[in-house]
Amino acid sequence: MALWVTFWGTRGSIPVSLDSASIRDKLAHAIVAASGKRLDTQEKARAWVDSELDFAVSHTFGGNSACVQLDAGDDEHVLCDLGSGVRAFGNHVFTRDGPAKANVFHVFQSHLHWDHIMGFPFFAPAYVPGNRIRIYGCHTNLEEALRRQQDPPSFPVPFDRLGASIEFVTLQPGRSYDVAGWSVTAKLQSHSGDSYGYRFVRDGRIIVYSTDSEHRLDVPEAVEGAATFFADADLVIFDAMYSLAEAVSVKEDWGHSSNVVGVELCQLANVKHLVLFHHEPANNDERIAQIWRETLRYEEISRTGEPLRISVAYDGLEIEL
Amino acid sequence: MHVSQERYGDALVLTPIGRVDNSTTDGLKSGLDAYVASCRAGGNRLVLDFSKVDYISSVGLRVLMLAGKEIREQGGSIVVAALQPVVREIFEISRFNLVFQCFGSVREALTKVSPTALAAYDSAHGT
Repeated sequence: MALWVTFWGTRGSIPVSLDSASIRDKLAHAIVAASGKRLDTQEKARAWVDSELDFAVSHTFGGNSACVQLDAGDDEHVLCDLGSGVRAFGNHVFTRDGPAKANVFHVFQSHLHWDHIMGFPFFAPAYVPGNRIRIYGCHTNLEEALRRQQDPPSFPVPFDRLGASIEFVTLQPGRSYDVAGWSVTAKLQSHSGDSYGYRFVRDGRIIVYSTDSEHRLDVPEAVEGAATFFADADLVIFDAMYSLAEAVSVKEDWGHSSNVVGVELCQLANVKHLVLFHHEPANNDERIAQIWRETLRYEEISRTGEPLRISVAYDGLEIEL
Repeated sequence: MHVSQERYGDALVLTPIGRVDNSTTDGLKSGLDAYVASCRAGGNRLVLDFSKVDYISSVGLRVLMLAGKEIREQGGSIVVAALQPVVREIFEISRFNLVFQCFGSVREALTKVSPTALAAYDSAHGT
């Protein structure tokens, strides 16, 4: 059975969007690159864009905050985090199923910082009676955080007016739970107010969602704990918000990690595929693409065993396992 | 990990030897810690000669960051010299090249940090 991971939101801290100057630069770059080409139909132009232009020119990594879908082809939906990307996911479900179909959503919250919950008031299925939403997390104030952001004067629709049936489930880190066909285990991570990573196992395949986590590789117990949590994963979605230099200096204790540490941990844990996630909002497409190239190179330099595949997350990315 | 030491005037040149990873970082740390306190305003200028280091991991880079922070806080200076190409790439990927001044050679670094040290270096090396 194929498993799919779809990224609906990949940005850290705050949603961002392309500005007009960035779009103008992309267009100018593409027009110059197309000089002398005969691209006189939309089909030819699209094919040329897809095959000849760098992703950072032809597309964007996107700007919605964290929301990732795990899809095993079941009727019930599984998500990680309710960042602004969940709005697009909700609209996708409506478009595909129509508003009349009752759906079940299982949401695993890494933590309750605003960028990870801010999409919920705009998650259209939450307004539809008949839908059922179960929100799981290890924070005891999970429900309070979701309710509070819809209290006056922050939002016009109070939480109690949402039409869907909404339940909150408190999980214990380190304990395995069976949810919608997945075996799920949470792990405490280093982040202001705590965050939790999730290790999902299904049909022998392992997906780890580990965002908003600072890793101290100079602390052996922390390294061992992370390596055990990541062990033999087919996919690790990893907070690579900062450069290593930032993460160990001015932004130490800010609760995020780097591409370099992501590579080293995944190599240590025998991971197959690392996805760079939770992009710094100050980074434009060109900078994120540069970080991706550098991460690929660092993997080559530091490799001691099997090659580690590395992707960079973007809004709309789908990965099949 | 062995860290050798040479003095040229008011500059100390420390030369770590080998691969800096999780298993050898303690050696780099103790090699640096022995001299960090002396690198203050009016004290030793520190040059790290990386010509004999062929790899450095994140843990090793963190040790450099902590040493550099302490030295700068006490008014001293620390620079890096003679990075091998792969280690230079690691500095660039990790952005450590934005935190540490990097020079092509020890002599070039001494040219920047201290005329006295440069004269002593040239005298010792017959240049």
